[in-house]
Amino acid sequence: MNSETSVQQQSKHEMLGLSHQQVIDMYKYMRMARMYDERCLVLQRAGKINFHVSGIGQEAAQVAAAFALDREKDYFLPYYRDYGFVLAVGMTLRELMLSLFAKAEDPNSGGRQMPGHFGSKRLRIVTGSSPVTTQVPHAVGIALAAKMKKKDHVSFVTFGEGSSNQGDFHEGCNFAGVHKLPVIFMCENNQYAISVPVHKQLAGKVSDRALGYGFPGIQVDGNDVLEVYRVMKKARERAIAGEGPTLIEAMMYRLSPHSTSDNDLAYRTKEEVDENWKKDGVVQFQKYLMACGIWSEEQEVELVASIAKQIKEATEYADQAPFPKPEDTLLHVYAEDGEVNA
Amino acid sequence: MPVIEYIDAIRLAMREEMERDEDVFVLGEDVGTKGGVFTTTKGLMEQFGEARALDTPLAESAIAGVAIGAAMVGLKPIAEMQYSDFMFPATNQIISEAAKIRYRSNNDWTCPVVIRAPIGGGIFGGLYHSQCPESVFLGTPGLKIVAPYSAYDAKGLLKAAVRDPDPVIFFENKKCYKLITGDVPADDYVVPIGKANVLREGTDITVISYSLPLHFAMQAAEELAKEGISAHILDLRTIQPLDKEAILEAARKTGKVLIIHEDNKTGGVGAEVSAIIAEEMLFELDAPIMRLCGPDVPAMPISPPMERFFMLNKDKVQEAMRKLALF
Repeated sequence: MNSETSVQQQSKHEMLGLSHQQVIDMYKYMRMARMYDERCLVLQRAGKINFHVSGIGQEAAQVAAAFALDREKDYFLPYYRDYGFVLAVGMTLRELMLSLFAKAEDPNSGGRQMPGHFGSKRLRIVTGSSPVTTQVPHAVGIALAAKMKKKDHVSFVTFGEGSSNQGDFHEGCNFAGVHKLPVIFMCENNQYAISVPVHKQLAGKVSDRALGYGFPGIQVDGNDVLEVYRVMKKARERAIAGEGPTLIEAMMYRLSPHSTSDNDLAYRTKEEVDENWKKDGVVQFQKYLMACGIWSEEQEVELVASIAKQIKEATEYADQAPFPKPEDTLLHVYAEDGEVNA
Repeated sequence: MPVIEYIDAIRLAMREEMERDEDVFVLGEDVGTKGGVFTTTKGLMEQFGEARALDTPLAESAIAGVAIGAAMVGLKPIAEMQYSDFMFPATNQIISEAAKIRYRSNNDWTCPVVIRAPIGGGIFGGLYHSQCPESVFLGTPGLKIVAPYSAYDAKGLLKAAVRDPDPVIFFENKKCYKLITGDVPADDYVVPIGKANVLREGTDITVISYSLPLHFAMQAAEELAKEGISAHILDLRTIQPLDKEAILEAARKTGKVLIIHEDNKTGGVGAEVSAIIAEEMLFELDAPIMRLCGPDVPAMPISPPMERFFMLNKDKVQEAMRKLALF
């Protein structure tokens, strides 16, 4: 067998260097994020929790990006819809549920922040806030530190297309371009900034903005897992090689309302939403795996049952976990006495 | 002990900290090749290289935000805002991010960044090169704010700021840069953050202030002493968190308190200091608390008579001190 025929026999993911197991794992995280998100919506409607901000429709690109990074080394600055991403880099369902229920044991914030505001030093997920896009300069600062200390990690930061209009996006990209820093900017263009459609936010393409900062900008179909993986992989190689940043604009659609406080049908039609469900990246990827012959209906049923069980256990655990002590509100404003910046 | 200028003391603090710890670096507009528009960072690029005296694009939110990111992964950045007037684009990064990183992550992440910014007028800087923005940041827990009045304190407080595990805003007074000289030890010392300092012991009136106006108060106190008025003077040094014990102790010394700052009166440091005194010891006072501050106008005009009208000076301070003493 010569190498040419061997290539032809390979599936698309194998040509990208992904094993069958890896793509199956990718799919599992997507499905897990989707089911987690759906459960959160139910929990809010049932009055068990106060608030959830959703990422349904964005999981495919998130998980694809995570798999293209070095999940042992790189630094991650996700935004509030990135459940698929944080699960794929190691956050557990239990940890997410603890955050959702605002319990003391929540590793993201000890029950202080809204759900979706991720942070875990252990997983190198950098603590985030609600004013959008502030994380972009942080990612650039972490990349600057990597360059100064000659470390081979990259920083990866996500944000919506609405956020790409903030000054911090431009200031951060420009800084990273000037200093050729190892950072990957990924815009999850989900077509809406809460209610404002993309045509009222952008007169051009987000990815084209990279031209002005002196590095490549690539628009990619965010529902195409392997294509997102491919451009992300290339972006990471560029970053590690000292060639500088890459801006990736992953096109997708926010299938759910902005949050549990939002009625999306006040500003978009059911027909539009239904049309986009047909493009759902998670379903497309499932079909791809089945077409490759590495995934079956039986495995699907088994996976869904397994995730449902894990979510149920995580929910029960978080529901029963203690809240923070009221007086702990006063902790951690400053370092304890004696802590120095060693 | 060498006598050096206030600005040299700031530079010396940075140099010593950069020599001591290779994770310390300076970033900002013009801080590299030019050595700063005031020469504050002069020579640092030559000694430590371009990466550690980093000229940045002209974008203050990125200067602060990049510094915050670097601080979160273990570096010790000193971010320079060329003038405090230009730090408002970075306010979101300072207030929403730096101040809240430890708290919001439940002590998981920290942000040991230093943000240096020159404050104050009297240099024909007009509205946008003269401001004192302390009150914008005061009342944001999570931030520490220091404002040295002397060369000695400038060096010691900046070194303490670099070593502090939390974000510190270092408000250096640009009028003091060349005007103020003082004894500064060549050795390694720090001035503790959070501790006020008694500059002068007295029995008739208490003056509480920080930064440049303390020089006016010290000169005025000398002259008032000849009139038989004895002034007790407290330098806050750190304006957040305030040293409450020292404030109350100083107020109790005389029962008459004058608070002075160049930042405008409404909502300023003086309002907070007077509230602390009123809450704790109102009935021990012998006179209403007085404040002498910049006027409540948007900022300082450039025209010399208008600038003089806005600025504090020894005579204005002396008159206020005498008035309080005679109450």
